[in-house]
Amino acid sequence: MKYGYYPGCSLERNAAAYDISTRAVARTLGFELDELDDWNCCGATEYIAINKLAAYSLIGRNLALAQQQFHANGNGHLAADGRAQLIAPCSACFLNLRKADRYLQEDAKLRDTTNEALAAGGLHYDPGTVFVRHLLEMIVNDVGYDEVKRHVTKPLNGLRVASYYGCLLVRPRLGGELSDAEYPTELESLTKTLGAEVVDFPLKTHCCGGHMTQISAEVAYELIRRLLQNATEYRADVIVTICPMCQLNLDAYQTRVNQHFGTNFNLPILYFTQLMGLAFGLEPKTLGFGKEIVSAENALIKIQRSPESAAAPAPSRPRKKKEEGLPMPRMPEDEEVTA
Amino acid sequence: MEEITVSIPDTVKPKLRFLEEVSAATPGVSRLEMCIQCGTCGGSCPSGADMDHTPRALFAMIRAGMRDDVLQSNAPWYCVSCYYCMVRCPQEVHVTDLMYTLKRMAIREGYTDHEAAPDFSQTFIGYVEQYGRSFELGLATRFHLAHSPLRKVGIGTLALDMFARDRLSFVPTRIKGMDGLHAILEKAKAITRDAELTGGTQLL
Amino acid sequence: MSDELNLENAEERIGVYICHCGTNIAGTVDVAEVREWAEKRLKSRGVVLARDYKFMCSSLGQELIEKDITENRLTRVVVAACSPHLHENTFRTACKRAGLNPYLCELVSIREQVSWVHTDKHAATDKAKAVLSGGVERVRHHQPLEPLRVPIHPATLVVGGGIAGIQTALEIADAGRRVYLVEREPSIGGHMSQFDKTFPTLDCSACILTPKMVSAGMHPNITLMTWSEVTKVDGYVGNFAVTIKQKARCVKTDLCTGCGICQEKCPKKVIDEVYEAGLGYRKAVYTPFPQAVPKFPVIDKPNCTYFQKGTCKACEKFCPTNAIDFNQQDELITVEVGNIVLATGYDLFDARRIPHYGYGRLANVFTSLEFERLTNAAGPTNGNIVLRDGKTTPKVVGIVHCVGSRDRNYNNYCSAICCMQSLKFAHLVKERTGATVYNFYIDMRTAAKAYDEFYQRVLEEGTLFVRGRVAEVTDAARLPGEEGKLIIQVEDTLAGKQRRIPVDMVVLSAGLQSRHDSKEVAKLFGISCSADAWFIEKHPKLDPVSTMTDGVFIAGCCTGPKDIPNSVSQGAAAAARVLTYIDRGEITLEPVRASINEMKCSGCRICNNLCPFNAILFHADRMVSEVNAALCQGCGTCVAACPAGAISGTGFSNEQIMSQIEGLLLLNLNGAREKELAYA
Repeated sequence: MKYGYYPGCSLERNAAAYDISTRAVARTLGFELDELDDWNCCGATEYIAINKLAAYSLIGRNLALAQQQFHANGNGHLAADGRAQLIAPCSACFLNLRKADRYLQEDAKLRDTTNEALAAGGLHYDPGTVFVRHLLEMIVNDVGYDEVKRHVTKPLNGLRVASYYGCLLVRPRLGGELSDAEYPTELESLTKTLGAEVVDFPLKTHCCGGHMTQISAEVAYELIRRLLQNATEYRADVIVTICPMCQLNLDAYQTRVNQHFGTNFNLPILYFTQLMGLAFGLEPKTLGFGKEIVSAENALIKIQRSPESAAAPAPSRPRKKKEEGLPMPRMPEDEEVTA
Repeated sequence: MEEITVSIPDTVKPKLRFLEEVSAATPGVSRLEMCIQCGTCGGSCPSGADMDHTPRALFAMIRAGMRDDVLQSNAPWYCVSCYYCMVRCPQEVHVTDLMYTLKRMAIREGYTDHEAAPDFSQTFIGYVEQYGRSFELGLATRFHLAHSPLRKVGIGTLALDMFARDRLSFVPTRIKGMDGLHAILEKAKAITRDAELTGGTQLL
Repeated sequence: MSDELNLENAEERIGVYICHCGTNIAGTVDVAEVREWAEKRLKSRGVVLARDYKFMCSSLGQELIEKDITENRLTRVVVAACSPHLHENTFRTACKRAGLNPYLCELVSIREQVSWVHTDKHAATDKAKAVLSGGVERVRHHQPLEPLRVPIHPATLVVGGGIAGIQTALEIADAGRRVYLVEREPSIGGHMSQFDKTFPTLDCSACILTPKMVSAGMHPNITLMTWSEVTKVDGYVGNFAVTIKQKARCVKTDLCTGCGICQEKCPKKVIDEVYEAGLGYRKAVYTPFPQAVPKFPVIDKPNCTYFQKGTCKACEKFCPTNAIDFNQQDELITVEVGNIVLATGYDLFDARRIPHYGYGRLANVFTSLEFERLTNAAGPTNGNIVLRDGKTTPKVVGIVHCVGSRDRNYNNYCSAICCMQSLKFAHLVKERTGATVYNFYIDMRTAAKAYDEFYQRVLEEGTLFVRGRVAEVTDAARLPGEEGKLIIQVEDTLAGKQRRIPVDMVVLSAGLQSRHDSKEVAKLFGISCSADAWFIEKHPKLDPVSTMTDGVFIAGCCTGPKDIPNSVSQGAAAAARVLTYIDRGEITLEPVRASINEMKCSGCRICNNLCPFNAILFHADRMVSEVNAALCQGCGTCVAACPAGAISGTGFSNEQIMSQIEGLLLLNLNGAREKELAYA
């Protein structure tokens, strides 16, 4: 399988661990990531606040380049419906690219003027030709849990993982995202496939603060604190994330949050691809471990300390049937909920 | 005796155009006119407690034609783009997209001198316009902002931590097709300027 | 071309009438022009006179037609007005009064199909001409017909034993007619039997419902068929044959005394997802509640130890009358009825679909139906309002309105009963626990007799009202005082502030939605469903308990959310409609029937199985099919399907359809020619 790859600015440096581990996981799972030539920034959440047309043109350049590189000649990048597939691991990039493609399809005036601007750079984009997908969604749906499981050689037994989605992958709903905008379960299923223990994390799609760390730090600290507190309450060893902005805010600002609130959170924030790599038996060094500010050392020790348990399946904890009191409503995932 | 001026905004002649203007400037379909004032947006907002007006209140004010009050509001600048409001809205109003529209209008009409957020956005896109890539998402710009009187405490250690792990770079990456991108963005801005002059709301 | 056409049916004398319908038609169509055009252009087609009139449906309008028929010896009439749906009968009857066979009158729609759907007057006028011309061409091929009369079977089938169905059954039975009351569950009573109190008067639900249930159970004219479902419906109005599957109760009703010993002795405890809304338990052999009608229990096979493992038989061992019969089989029973009333009720919106309200995840979030059971003296807590632990009384309770209602993500309609229900809950919490109660609402809808007064009363009792749709319910504490609580996050829209309100218990006033299988049920009975899968009325205002299928009526919540008074009214209204039919003894059916030309029929039998009314017989000796006129409903399926073109429908013959199309096209040719002439 071959996909266009749009790493985005974060993955160049500050989220390099995500890029490194993504490429490593791709090698193991046998899919090819073909980087978009000379891609530019997606504008994050900033450009659209200043100038709509410039923002759409900025994103449009990427889409136009992707159309040229992956759609025009196909080369095995096409989805079944004929669209060229472009994978973005960063949630903000994913949303900007996906949303621009969608609104350019809906809004004829915006499409025409965006193309007028693109023409000044010798480019053109036909909305609907590029299928923007998030890395997690692609792995879950195209590769599949079974295939992932087949490559697990060192299950992450005993590691308690809080799965954190943040916002921009699951919202707004533009079609083709994960199962739910508030309570998706794909990341949990994947983590479980890796042998880890999934903890309940009610705030899993709450906001990490986004750019508020820059603009109004107190607002952001409070949002970060809620997430760290919630994951700590459920005794998570690590938070696993799918977005560089979430990783940055929860990881780099954890110390500041502790100072600000007098707390002592100590939760490593890892990319899901890093956990995948570990379970595939890859060396932590080759997965960008060590770049996190809150060290993942303890988590690594926890997994490696119990090599004899590696073969044993992760303990499943059925919901406790209380003898007294009123019965709880039946839930589809009853057996899976951790007490 | 002190004279008291009572201002009842637009009860006589509501400036309905404001609602249409905001709606038209929002990409796609905003559904702004469908708001039933239920407050799902304001209740869901992670920074709702910090806003002077909740999104719901802003929408009511837009209907009442209270242009000044709406564009002076800090609410859009507190928006963290979490899109909770948008997926929960029972009327499928594109709340988050509307917040971006209000930001653009506020900047264009000069309502934002006191806000840190537009500065941040400007700084961010300044790098993008110069290099085609952001100069390290968030953190490099954070450096820049440290010069503003917002906050300085603790920046140093954070940045050092980042450098130590090779997560910050001194040199920005520059894309090869910078000339083309520059031309594209200049053209986009020129179209926007024309629209401003000719009142082509939909393009703003 | 017209010379050729002129020759046939030259002797017909056709009268054309164009209705203004006030400005409904005349506002868009130039009726005078249409009239003049018809007089001139359609003269060669047999039109001897054309008139336009303000309201053709008025007595004066009808008299105009009658007078013309007598004085001008009209042999055909075409009225261009509204949809035949509304006034076809009016004009046919007028013709009949004047001695003309009513089926020689044709009504063409220039309102629904022309004036209401166009804005361009010129084009609309042209289209009205075309539609009229089609009608004139068609009416020339009409035949005088006599309506069919069929007897009405005096028995009635009522499907659904909730309050609406019980009311219907009792009304009809009290009038001396036989009723088969079919209910899927082991007992009649429906949702109302689950409630403790009813708004706004706070009558005890059981106290007012059980007398009706007992009457229905004892009534000599009501055949109660519980634990049963309709599986097949044949026939048509007046003569339905309905097949009902009576599931095996495994209890001999002639021996069972309803003593309840079997339930006591049954060792298998099961969560009761239906009657107790998942909040309480029952046994594998059970009656859902003490006042159940009938009193006989059923054995729930999938949960019965004997049926699953082959041992146990505790119920059989202890039954004092030997009424347990494990060998009972499901039975198919066919009954003949003249009319059917569907009162199949509603399902509660599944609150799990809104994960951020926490139902199913957070123990102390309850649905409205669970809360009804919690307050019910016969419920799992004997009417004590307590938390999920079964013992703690809440100190603060939040009641959330509009759960799954008025929301484009779920059900985009108001469920009508939730405001009042939530007020009732607030009152009950106050009365029984003294807890602080919050009601979170978008709009307070209390529009019925004594409803708003009840709102006033609850306000007076000190319930706190927050105008704002709840954003989320969470157990993630953030502020002091939130630990261990459920936090309701909401914008208080009147204060303009986001609030977080810690409570011990949350009650979700989940909306009402159509039954999960309502689409299949609608198909079974040949009626239609709205997009939300509610059954559709024949007319939402003027005929709310009828359907487009003659002899099938609807009542209660199966047509949309309703409170008890409205459900009862509809139940009674449906009964009145049924009794009218039964009293009349026979029904006149449109003589629109299919007939088969035996010369053309190849005996392929394709039509035989397609006929939805089983009206086509096959004569193997002659290798031809034949339509039974009494069974045929004139649906046209066979006409369209016949590969030999051997079947035609009375009133819809190929000739009639083709000439109507020709009429429509004729105008276009003429119109084009007219324009050419004008330019020349």
